[in-house]
Amino acid sequence: MKPFRYVRAYSVEEATTAHAGRANSRYLGGGTNLVDLMKLGVERPERLIDVSRLPLDAVEELPDGSVRAGATVRNSDLAAHPLVRERYPVLSRALLAGASGQLRNVATTGGNLLQRTRCPYFQDLGKPCNKREPGTGCGARDGVHRDHAVLGHSRLCIATHPSDMAVALAALDARVELQGVRGRRTLPVTEFHRLPGDRPDVDTEIEPGELITGVLLPAATAGLPSAYRKARDRASYAFALASVAVVLDIEDSVVRQARIAFGGLAHRPWRARHAERALQGGAPSDEAFRQAVDAELSAAEPLRDNSFKVRLARNLACDVLRRLAGPASAS
Amino acid sequence: MGTDVFRSEVPLTVNGSPCRPTVDHRSTLLDVLREQMGLTGAKKGCDHGQCGACTVLVDGRRANSCLLLAVAHEGCDITTVEGLHADDGVELHPVQRAFLERDAFQCGYCTPGQICSAVGALAEAAAGNASHVTDPDADTGEPVELTREEIRERLSGNLCRCGAYPHIVEAVEDVTP
Repeated sequence: MKPFRYVRAYSVEEATTAHAGRANSRYLGGGTNLVDLMKLGVERPERLIDVSRLPLDAVEELPDGSVRAGATVRNSDLAAHPLVRERYPVLSRALLAGASGQLRNVATTGGNLLQRTRCPYFQDLGKPCNKREPGTGCGARDGVHRDHAVLGHSRLCIATHPSDMAVALAALDARVELQGVRGRRTLPVTEFHRLPGDRPDVDTEIEPGELITGVLLPAATAGLPSAYRKARDRASYAFALASVAVVLDIEDSVVRQARIAFGGLAHRPWRARHAERALQGGAPSDEAFRQAVDAELSAAEPLRDNSFKVRLARNLACDVLRRLAGPASAS
Repeated sequence: MGTDVFRSEVPLTVNGSPCRPTVDHRSTLLDVLREQMGLTGAKKGCDHGQCGACTVLVDGRRANSCLLLAVAHEGCDITTVEGLHADDGVELHPVQRAFLERDAFQCGYCTPGQICSAVGALAEAAAGNASHVTDPDADTGEPVELTREEIRERLSGNLCRCGAYPHIVEAVEDVTP
């Protein structure tokens, strides 16, 4: 690992000021991904700005009924918080489906959103990777790519985003709160992560030096029936082959709104807008769910060895929709 | 080469004793414990947060010490397997005793991490934290009963290449309230 300077920030302003004009700085949250990438040589910062002690560790209700989770709230604390457990259970369940107890105790909300892909070619300096080193090629496309993307990938990159939490946030219409030296802004989680396109080295819309200060969970999705399901190679402690977060709003046997997001399928949490539109205003039924999910996944372009993911995702989504609809869903 | 910008003194409490090691910023907490303080209980297995052999308690919460930069943990209270015993310095922690009684290891390399992880997991369940296998409808914030399924899920971040899992689960069951 390359030697680096270490600065501990105690306010957001201190952090963003310390970062300004220093391209080779990195914010350090829990470090569960960054420190690992530094050991691997994928990240080689000259300066770490420790933001883990910023006063952003609260989960609180705002006057408009939304809930704000600070960026330094640890994953385990976010999952266990009463406001999250009671109003946004899909978020608790997604968090608990990820990583291990030790990692969740350390990993932060902001860091979870900014974690990098676990594509083995990205993590191996001896392999080509357009995300790590633009222009070197993609080792995975013709290599070992069983875990890789089936939706929204590009010629240059087939990596997936590894987060479970972000999938639930996407389905909840959550927003990311950002602070830079030039000011504050928020972005929908669904627009925060990018598709790889011709710039796979850029994972998100965050600007250099910008800091995630929190995520906003809207009042509109609070308390709706919701669930998260994840399929993986082991029963625990593995990344998703495919996962789905569903937030379902049914009234008088009519789907008012279905919010569906897939994990493990793309470079970002994949919000299933086609499926959602197909379901809106209709009666919930097994057949309607199947057709809607199939319509969404018809855009899939699986690689040589991962076409199984399409059916896996379809079965997960249909199953979760059916369970959430309960007796309202006729077969 | 000016090295001071790459090193810092880090006041810590380790197993109840205050100390102030000077650390290279690159040093993980695991390396400082093992190589600067002589506490070789926490083990370096994978060194990437995948095996759990390095698990220690940081301010009472379990964490992979191989992924923690020591410099970022100024003021923290660290407990390693060497510090779990009772204040008399003799009596073992109930989890340690249960591992002995159940023969919950073969080679023993993962054991300090397993024990620290179990101590952390017991506290999390007592605090009412659900796990992936807890029934979502039963996620009320009340203490969670540690069934075998719960124990296996909660300790999934600790690998045992000897495969001593059945006895590890039994040992943790023995100390479950």
